Amino acid sequence: MSDAAYAQRLPVIATIIVALMLTIIPLPDWLEPFRPDWVALTLIYWAMILPRTWSVGSAWIVGLILDVAQGTLLGQHGLALCVVIFVTVRMHLLMRVFPAGQLMASVFSLLALYQFIVFWVNGVAGVPVEAIQYWAPVISGTLIWPVVKSILDGARMRVK
Amino acid sequence: MVTYRSDNSNPARIPALGIRVLICTALSVLLMFMDHRQDHLGTIRKGVGVAVYPLQVIVDAPFRLWEWLTESTADRSELQRELARLRAERVLTRAELQQLTALRAENDRLRDLLDARPRLRDEIRVAEIMAVDANPYRHNFVIDLGEADGVFNGQAIIDADGVIGQVLEVGVKTSQAILISDPSHALPVEVSRNGLRTIANGTGEFDQLDLPFLPNNADIVEGDVLVTSGLGGAFPAGYPVAVVASVNRIPQASFADVSAKPSSELDQVREVLLIWSAVPEEDAPATAADEDSPSEIAPAETTDAEETAPEPADE
Repeated sequence: MSDAAYAQRLPVIATIIVALMLTIIPLPDWLEPFRPDWVALTLIYWAMILPRTWSVGSAWIVGLILDVAQGTLLGQHGLALCVVIFVTVRMHLLMRVFPAGQLMASVFSLLALYQFIVFWVNGVAGVPVEAIQYWAPVISGTLIWPVVKSILDGARMRVK
Repeated sequence: MVTYRSDNSNPARIPALGIRVLICTALSVLLMFMDHRQDHLGTIRKGVGVAVYPLQVIVDAPFRLWEWLTESTADRSELQRELARLRAERVLTRAELQQLTALRAENDRLRDLLDARPRLRDEIRVAEIMAVDANPYRHNFVIDLGEADGVFNGQAIIDADGVIGQVLEVGVKTSQAILISDPSHALPVEVSRNGLRTIANGTGEFDQLDLPFLPNNADIVEGDVLVTSGLGGAFPAGYPVAVVASVNRIPQASFADVSAKPSSELDQVREVLLIWSAVPEEDAPATAADEDSPSEIAPAETTDAEETAPEPADE
């Protein structure tokens, strides 16, 4: 990897690490279901901007780290992230030109897909789940998307 | 609007995307299957766990710093009050301890008379909770002791008030543990008043356990103290678990609806104690059996737990 490519990856890795930290930081009980899927949001952003460097494979590896950090079934978040990122990469040109509202709508459906896969695996593995735990992170994630996007836009300036 | 830098000449084509998704999906499914059905992935988990460890330490740091700050900036009068309170508590505990010593002596004597084996004392070590699992469907947490400290899978975890949970997955320097309130956790308990044996299942609520296998005529009332029965093999006997909060006898149902409140505040603990059960030397085979049993009783799904659990209630 050349120095330039390395310099380009570093900010992305940093934001992913921050997203992982936000995912494992303890929250009060009542707030817990509303924790957005930070890692999914971050990866969706980078897959949209740099689909050649950050696509399915890296998403899968980050998903594995997430599985170990959260103690879930190994491969569960890996599967969910790699499918979501696949859709994102397929749509990245479209998503780049979407107006803000439409982009939020597509992020909403991507997060819903992400939660669907996580829930599906939970269902197959026999982990009990509730509806609020499905929808709360999808809604909070969609609402916080503009903030995440503007912060990552800032980080992207350094990528260049 | 910022202009997006296209990655290459034709940005719409990402080569071999479909293949990569297929490979990742297949790998995920394989991993999940192996992780769920068998338990061969300990090494992978441990390897990735080493990468996650610094993250946990960093996330935990502000909390530790805050604790340290509040402790070091507490004013003198507050410290003196705390000291007075602790002194008073110490006097009380020592008084109780005297009684306990007498009782232990008496117990040993009686066991001698009965020709029973002497009870052994367990070894205990303090661990700190580093992180609570973010996943809302599972009540897991991470403690700061690992394989290097002799922690093993299925090890019992208590705090000052009672049983908290058990170790789920030993890492190199940290370990994943499961709370007794986790919906997939089942714990063999007995009523300390009359020795009635049953299972306490987690419900997903920090302040509630279910006792699903008690018949309507079982001798159990509100306020009964539940202690570990030691029958599952994972937990040593005699540690307090919960207090029965409500008993609902439904005439037409086969089982009573009994729920209990855990003795310790499961959502507020910060320091926990790990137990190394004392095993009598003469039955070495039992030791081997003990080491096997945690995987049996430990975080199985509820159905598994029902099978492994000793027969419910009254036999």
